[in-house]
Amino acid sequence: MDKRIRVLVAKPGLDGHDRGAKVIARALRDAGMEVIYTGLRQTPEMIVDAALQEDVQVIGLSILSGAHNTIVPRVLELLREKGMSDVLLVVGGTVPDEDAERLKQQGVSAVFQPGASLEQIVDFIRLSVKQPA
Amino acid sequence: MSEPRGTSVPSGRSFKTLSGLPVEPVYGPEHIEGLDPRRDLGAPGQFPYTRGIHPTMYRGKLWTMRQFSGFATPEETNRRYRYLLEQGQTGLSVAFDLPTLMGYDADHPASLGEVGKCGVSVSSLEDMEILFDSIPLADVSVSMTINSPASVIWCMYLAVAEKQGVDWTRLNGTLQNDILKEYIAQKEFIYPPRPSMRLVTDVIEYAARNVPKYNPISISGYHIREAGSTAVQELAFTLRDGVEYVEWALERGLTIDEFAPRLSFFFNAHNDFFEEIAKYRAARKMWAHLMRDRFGARDERSMKLRFHAQTAGCSLTWQQPYNNVVRTTIQALAAVLGGAQSLHTNSLDEAYALPSEQAVTIALRTQQIIAYENGVASTADPLGGSYFLERLTLDMEQAAGDYIRRIDEMGGMIAAIERGFPQSEIAEASYQYQKEQESGERVIVGVNRFIEQKEEPIELLQIDESAQQRQCEKLSALRSRRNNDRVRAALDELRHAAAGTENTIPYMLDAVRCYATVGEICEALRDVFGSWHERSVL
Repeated sequence: MDKRIRVLVAKPGLDGHDRGAKVIARALRDAGMEVIYTGLRQTPEMIVDAALQEDVQVIGLSILSGAHNTIVPRVLELLREKGMSDVLLVVGGTVPDEDAERLKQQGVSAVFQPGASLEQIVDFIRLSVKQPA
Repeated sequence: MSEPRGTSVPSGRSFKTLSGLPVEPVYGPEHIEGLDPRRDLGAPGQFPYTRGIHPTMYRGKLWTMRQFSGFATPEETNRRYRYLLEQGQTGLSVAFDLPTLMGYDADHPASLGEVGKCGVSVSSLEDMEILFDSIPLADVSVSMTINSPASVIWCMYLAVAEKQGVDWTRLNGTLQNDILKEYIAQKEFIYPPRPSMRLVTDVIEYAARNVPKYNPISISGYHIREAGSTAVQELAFTLRDGVEYVEWALERGLTIDEFAPRLSFFFNAHNDFFEEIAKYRAARKMWAHLMRDRFGARDERSMKLRFHAQTAGCSLTWQQPYNNVVRTTIQALAAVLGGAQSLHTNSLDEAYALPSEQAVTIALRTQQIIAYENGVASTADPLGGSYFLERLTLDMEQAAGDYIRRIDEMGGMIAAIERGFPQSEIAEASYQYQKEQESGERVIVGVNRFIEQKEEPIELLQIDESAQQRQCEKLSALRSRRNNDRVRAALDELRHAAAGTENTIPYMLDAVRCYATVGEICEALRDVFGSWHERSVL
């Protein structure tokens, strides 16, 4: 059985700045994970549906537009509704400290702010995903 | 500091440019053998304009200090504009929010959470009237950063000028209107490439005939660079985009010297000081040759590449944000030494959010200090003749010329975009850049060296979350107040024109004058043109 960690990298909202999402997707792939990149302008519904269909353990959201306070709670809500609360949700982008704290309290596993290293992100996902025995 | 002896450690210093061009320890005459100053450089103001487009450069006229700005509602942004003009800023530059950039009204479901966040929200002519309230459009040059809905917003601008009683022939300013770099880099597209190019060409044609002092396009490398390209790629893709626009305008029946003098450019000012200066110089030289030799331009103004520069947003760090003032200063200096016509300097807090008033004031003061305090603006192209800079200028020209030839061979920029060529070149370059940063080969102060464990938070601009609600209320009142029969008729006529080959601008003007919204107009065009979904290139 393929034990590779499966990650959905998603770009929600109207913003098209996908440099970060693409770099992260490549880094996770180079680290041996199975990466599905959704492409641009995904709604929370599209993202959670894709996560379900692709059977991923991790969703990574890239948000640079300041819309995280609207988008992220909606993704969390949908994950709960569909019984997918075991899926790890991580967020990367320009998220101020206090917003990051609030998002973590709501159920986001980690928020990676600008300057976070690829190594940090890869390590976090490796350590946090519970591998099936 | 975590690394007190850091300055004596030689590792992490890279002896190549950001584009990967090799850098020698020292340069001499042997490195520029074959360079003919008269032929390859010209005096400032002379073909091929390598040394600048004006004989006296900034002695005659300083660059325009133009801070890109916009947030929340038109009312709030109008107040910021008036503040910036009072502080000595000499031009305006409008930042629109994402719904506006994507052609959605503030009350569209896709706009939820995004209204007024990355720029000002504009859904109708009413918003544009408020945005420019008490700002005399005859005197202030206004640049507007918008692309897919550029023609719609431009029509609103022309309509505001009408209402202010300003003749269109007196308007000066710039519309970004550069759709190709959206497919390549920034990804704010609505329609497929060909109908989008038709709209761009409609604006270029209409401006050439009716708004002659206005720049109908700003061919932009800035966003290509921000997406992670090298300086060479930025230069090459931007100039090749320019060639594509020229070909479409010629195809439309314009003559080259009818529109080419009003083409303008926009470049990034990134960290590699000399490479950036070489990039601007090479750009002028290459464009002059393209215009004269490839397109047969006769008017000198057609051959002169005029450009706006903005310091590199992607170089700003979240860590130790006050260091960003220093980065921005050095980048701005490169733009000035490279002969920019206008300049935006980023604010120290822009890795976090839109800038606070205090931060944007420091950014503006940075330009004023460069302009007035240290003499760099006193002489044209002061670094011209430097062995190193001239070598680098030649290297940039050669490397970018190779890319342009490859894209020509693919059948032009649209064909190249459709096969994902520039997109994958940029994705590769941005990944390499990140890996160099991770390995420590590229030092970013405060991020991968000279790190501080504890940092003091800075004051940030807070965007009022009620902006969306206020915009929606205004819009709802407008929809019930305006003559909706007239709006429907105008949109039908626009659809009809879009389906044919006529210039769409007169129809769009009619639609905005009766307060059809950005969303309604873009929806009407989407009915005819369809929408574009890219195949993502990792």
